[in-house]
Amino acid sequence: MIALSVNNLRAGYDPDLAIVKGVSFDVNKGEALCILGPNGAGKSTLIKAMAGLVPSFGGTVRLGPRDVTGLTPHLLVRSGLGFVPQTDNIFTRLTIRENLQIASQLVARSERQRRIDAMLAMFPDLGERPGELAGALSGGQRQMLAAARALLTEPDVLILDEPSAGLSPKLVGQVFDTLRRISEAGVTLVLVEQNVRAALALTPRALVLVDGHLAHDGPSNALHDGALLGELFLGRRGAEQPA
Amino acid sequence: MNPQALIDGLIAGSTIGLGAIGLTLAYSILRFANFTHGDFLAWGAYLTLTLFGLLGGLSAGLGAPVHPFSFGWGLPLAMLGGAALTVLLALGLDRILFGRLRARGADVIIIVMASFGASMALRSLLEFIFTAKPVYFTNALQIAQPLGLGMRATPDQLLVIGLTAVLVAGLHLLLTRSATGRAMRAVSENPDLAGVYGINVAQVIRMTWIIGAGLACVAGVMAGLLVQIRPYMGFDLLLPLFAATILGGIGSIPGAMLGGLIIGLAEAFAVQIIGAEWRAAVSFIILVLVLMLRPQGLFGQRGA
Ligand SMILES: Nc1ncnc2c1ncn2[C@@H]1O[C@H](COP(=O)(O)OP(=O)(O)O)[C@@H](O)[C@H]1O
Ligand SMILES: [Mg+2]
Repeated sequence: MIALSVNNLRAGYDPDLAIVKGVSFDVNKGEALCILGPNGAGKSTLIKAMAGLVPSFGGTVRLGPRDVTGLTPHLLVRSGLGFVPQTDNIFTRLTIRENLQIASQLVARSERQRRIDAMLAMFPDLGERPGELAGALSGGQRQMLAAARALLTEPDVLILDEPSAGLSPKLVGQVFDTLRRISEAGVTLVLVEQNVRAALALTPRALVLVDGHLAHDGPSNALHDGALLGELFLGRRGAEQPA
Repeated sequence: MNPQALIDGLIAGSTIGLGAIGLTLAYSILRFANFTHGDFLAWGAYLTLTLFGLLGGLSAGLGAPVHPFSFGWGLPLAMLGGAALTVLLALGLDRILFGRLRARGADVIIIVMASFGASMALRSLLEFIFTAKPVYFTNALQIAQPLGLGMRATPDQLLVIGLTAVLVAGLHLLLTRSATGRAMRAVSENPDLAGVYGINVAQVIRMTWIIGAGLACVAGVMAGLLVQIRPYMGFDLLLPLFAATILGGIGSIPGAMLGGLIIGLAEAFAVQIIGAEWRAAVSFIILVLVLMLRPQGLFGQRGA
């Protein structure tokens, strides 16, 4: 069953200058994939457009059977999309608990407390001090809270933008362990990453975005040796799906 | 120094504080300095006055003063209606003006200028409908009662201080304890992220207008009750409102209230010490000092 379907999506910040120049891919329910690509390729813009934060100029985004193209972010969340931006992804002036409480407004009243408690149990660093301001958390803990917030609503599809960016190697390991647990729990996962090796090890499928086009979509192990990936990044291997 | 300035300052400060709360809320959630906020006070006072007159015409009992106050039950009733109409005015203005500019991604300065223009239009409209002549809710005379320590206040004035305290405490609870308040604080920190968290940002914006315009109406009625009602009453309060907002720290509700009280007290003491003609300069001097010495205000976040 298809959980997420992106079809010929064009998006950007200015209608005269598309950053995402016609991208198509389908993601099956429970599948995990990563989107790789050089800096500035448009990876963040692509997933922000899917999350309703950047206007799309053409194409469609479907969640399951539903066309959700152009919906505002809060309606997309209600349709089952979880999105974790790369930076500024938690409310620093609210407490850890308040961050989770906001997300919990989307679930049935009787479920809210149980879900918040479940997230605090899943991430002990957060569970130790739910009353503390989220702004006091370390970089790794912030990513935990951002993921916990998104998971709390039990999204059909979870999209994360470089969750390991700027973290120490030890914390990167922790973040990827968490992502593995999330994926093993059956959540459909779309991961944008610069940490190529860790991403390829986590997700069986990889997309490579270069200059707003998909240059590759296939099994991750095809990219393991690095040579192909290097060529793709440098644009020496052509787009398999020309625009 | 006459201790009476303390009471006078608290009373004036209550009005300024309630008005400043709406301004600071609008600033932190809609991200622009809304010049029409002063006119919401004036419109709130005139709309309430109109409804008060209608109610008094319907039933003499509603117009007759209730001891010890200078007004009858009709005034609080009319104020509820006036607040509802002021809220509609604010929501309407957002729909036809501010909301459109927001949707188009207009620069903040454009939205501020639009609010400046709308403010002039609203003020002229009041003057056109009601004329510039001051009007009053009541012409009953009230005797100021001694409070001890050489201070006096009328029952109306004490009611104004009490009502302000109740409203500010209620709003504080709403913002800190309720889901609505959490959502408002979230939008004020980061509107895009609020959407990603599932918050309906448009609804939070409506809530902001509802609270801000509702409190502006109450503040306008208070000013009208204690002083007089004039089309320019809101305009004249703009400088104290902005000074209180910035002094308290933009976005801070307790800050706006405290800022309002400080401005009110400073005005009252300035009138006593250097003379009434300096009242208007007080807000300006405080505003400039705060901007130079502590631009984030008393409770503001740096970079907010
Ligand atoms: N808010 C923005 N406004 C205008 N252009 C932007 C904005 N954010 C990113 N861009 C531009 O879009 C292009 C793609 O950026 P991005 O999607 O962040 O790439 P990636 O995530 O792959 O590094 C870059 O050229 C960048 O300069
Ligand atoms: Mg990026």
